[in-house]
Amino acid sequence: MTQDVTVAQTLDLSGLLCPLPIYKASIALKKSAAGEVVEFICTDPGSLEDFPAFARQTGHELVVAEDRGETQRFLLRRADTA
Amino acid sequence: MSTKEQNGTRRLALVASKGALDEAYPPLILAATAASLGWEVGIYFTFYGLDILHKDKHKKLKVSPIGNPAAPVTVPTLVGALPGMTKASTRMMKKWLDESNLPGIPEFLDMARDNDVKLFACSTTMGVMGVEESDLIEGCDVAGAAAFLDFAADADVQMFI
Repeated sequence: MTQDVTVAQTLDLSGLLCPLPIYKASIALKKSAAGEVVEFICTDPGSLEDFPAFARQTGHELVVAEDRGETQRFLLRRADTA
Repeated sequence: MSTKEQNGTRRLALVASKGALDEAYPPLILAATAASLGWEVGIYFTFYGLDILHKDKHKKLKVSPIGNPAAPVTVPTLVGALPGMTKASTRMMKKWLDESNLPGIPEFLDMARDNDVKLFACSTTMGVMGVEESDLIEGCDVAGAAAFLDFAADADVQMFI
């Protein structure tokens, strides 16, 4: 599913609770180029709901949302606008 | 008409009416999150909530065990009234916050200002409690209820905290 996605950058958000994962993800995506994919690793179980909501609200594309038990992994493709 | 309908941007309008440490977090967390979602955000700080914008007080907000059965240090109400109990409760809450890597109130205020969150300081509270504009952190708008309602009228989400 993810093999043809090129990850431009990985951000480790381990140990951070809401609002920091979304806050930092938002900054990272603002700094990335349109169409670039950024990977996020989280340990806040709430991120499983938060990252899809973040994508819906901002227009960034949620390419992967993966519950890996202790961690959660997300790939987001930066929207053209936003 | 909401700002979403006007220009595609959602708007969050919050009233922060409480000044205890644990009660200062929810509006600031919601504001930081909404800003991350690309929303416009305004917070109206009124009555004890105005302490969150006070230059000195926002750095030392406290958690009281009085009338707060969920306080970090759970003791009977009369024991909670003893000297030092508010300090103990506050210290415990700060320890939890630190261990959770949650920023302090000053950092949350910086995050709000970095993201152009409008910080309305209630002018009536300032009059009632003798607070001057110079007592407040930089970047506040001193305003009455009409100015906030004008902002909130177009908001997609409004909450009183």
